[in-house]
Amino acid sequence: MTENKNIVEKISIKKLDFYYGNSRALKQVTLPLYQNMVTAFIGPSGCGKSTLLRVLNRMYDLYPNQHAEGEVLFEGENILVPGLDLNLLRARIGMVFQKPTPFPMTIYENISFGIKLYESLPKSEMDGRVEDSLRRAAIWDEVKDKLGQSGLSLSGGQQQRLCIARTVAIRPDVILFDEPCSALDPISTAKIEELIDELKSEYTIVIVTHNMQQAARVSEKTAFMYLGELIEFDDTSKMFTSPGDKRTQDYITGRFG
Amino acid sequence: MPDHTVKSYDDDLMEIGRKIAEMGGIAESMLSNSITALVKGDTVLAQRVIATDPRLDALEREVEEKATLTIAKRQPMAIDLRAIVSAIRIASDLERIGDLAKNVGKRVVAIDGQFAPQKIVGGVVHISDLALDRMKRVLDAYAQSDDAAAMDVWRHDEEIDNLYNSLFRELLTYMMEDPRNIGFCAHLLFCAKNIERIGDHATNIAETIHYLITGEAISVDRPRASDAIIPLST
Repeated sequence: MTENKNIVEKISIKKLDFYYGNSRALKQVTLPLYQNMVTAFIGPSGCGKSTLLRVLNRMYDLYPNQHAEGEVLFEGENILVPGLDLNLLRARIGMVFQKPTPFPMTIYENISFGIKLYESLPKSEMDGRVEDSLRRAAIWDEVKDKLGQSGLSLSGGQQQRLCIARTVAIRPDVILFDEPCSALDPISTAKIEELIDELKSEYTIVIVTHNMQQAARVSEKTAFMYLGELIEFDDTSKMFTSPGDKRTQDYITGRFG
Repeated sequence: MPDHTVKSYDDDLMEIGRKIAEMGGIAESMLSNSITALVKGDTVLAQRVIATDPRLDALEREVEEKATLTIAKRQPMAIDLRAIVSAIRIASDLERIGDLAKNVGKRVVAIDGQFAPQKIVGGVVHISDLALDRMKRVLDAYAQSDDAAAMDVWRHDEEIDNLYNSLFRELLTYMMEDPRNIGFCAHLLFCAKNIERIGDHATNIAETIHYLITGEAISVDRPRASDAIIPLST
């Protein structure tokens, strides 16, 4: 376990409330996210875990009538303040979604597109960065001979890894995964899990998953949410063998409701 | 506790629990029958104890198979995972208890016809009464998920150890008194040792029950009679 390493609290969520219009979707959530660790959010549908993830890079700003109260400190700065440069924030806190969403362009351009938004690199450096990103996402060997083909020509699992490469290319500090494997077959899922395990040495990782075994496999810390509240947050090894709260136990053992 | 959303999952766990209960019943009756056979010199009953053992072995295998299959099918978590791991452990302890009782039965057959003064056998009966009491209470604690009752069994194993030590001295005295007692007393000594080991397995089961209910292993050492088994010079 990572207990004895220097533990850095990369993101501190403090008394966070979130509203869809008048309906309160998150209630006083307080939670630390540690650097170089994978934190899993679990809970039944509608518990607020995806909402919480979307707050972390202010994805909700795209929609009117949604707002957050409380604090989310990213390296000590509250990212909920108005006037924050959202593009910069989302470059530092990247997100991978449930369904692979490659852009309708070549594999190479899928990666270089994001980089160009933030940096202008000479061609040779760009080539290097694209290769490096694809390698980190463990897909380089599969696509190196067809970088000019459309990203949409890849299989679902490859598309998802392409999206991870796209996220990694911008060199974020934090990567948010919103059910990254729910649309993938077991082999692709295993590859993504292996990848997450490798990525955590460089990033802070948060993953929302419905698959309990996946949470148990990939994460160091697990947060169980229910009806907008954080019910329990602890070491994953503890959460899945002897959780402290009865609701956590009922949920992870399949006894809910 | 509420049922699982998937009903057949509850059936799987209940079946494992039922098999453990059956094993407990068989192990208990093997021990009590082997002692009765010893007291009465009843070799027919002793043979029956020996013949029961394969059933216990088969049940242990069934528990293991069912548990393995359930892990594969359901990927159990938390209390369910602990229940299955505990069942495997308890089945193994009960199977060992059966072996030990079977060994007592074999000794009864071996000492058939030898001189057997009841007052010597009395000590073995006493220690087996204690062991039977431990087994009964620990199996009840398992059936009722009663941590306090399991801990009570766990704390009192030392009584059996003490009794075994004093029985050891007693049998030694008989052997020194009259060399004709040696063969018989040696058999009795092994019987007593087997029964003392049964007490240890009951203690193991108590520890497993504690883990099953609380999710924590017992961290402190169990109170123990002095480990040094009686200096022979005294």
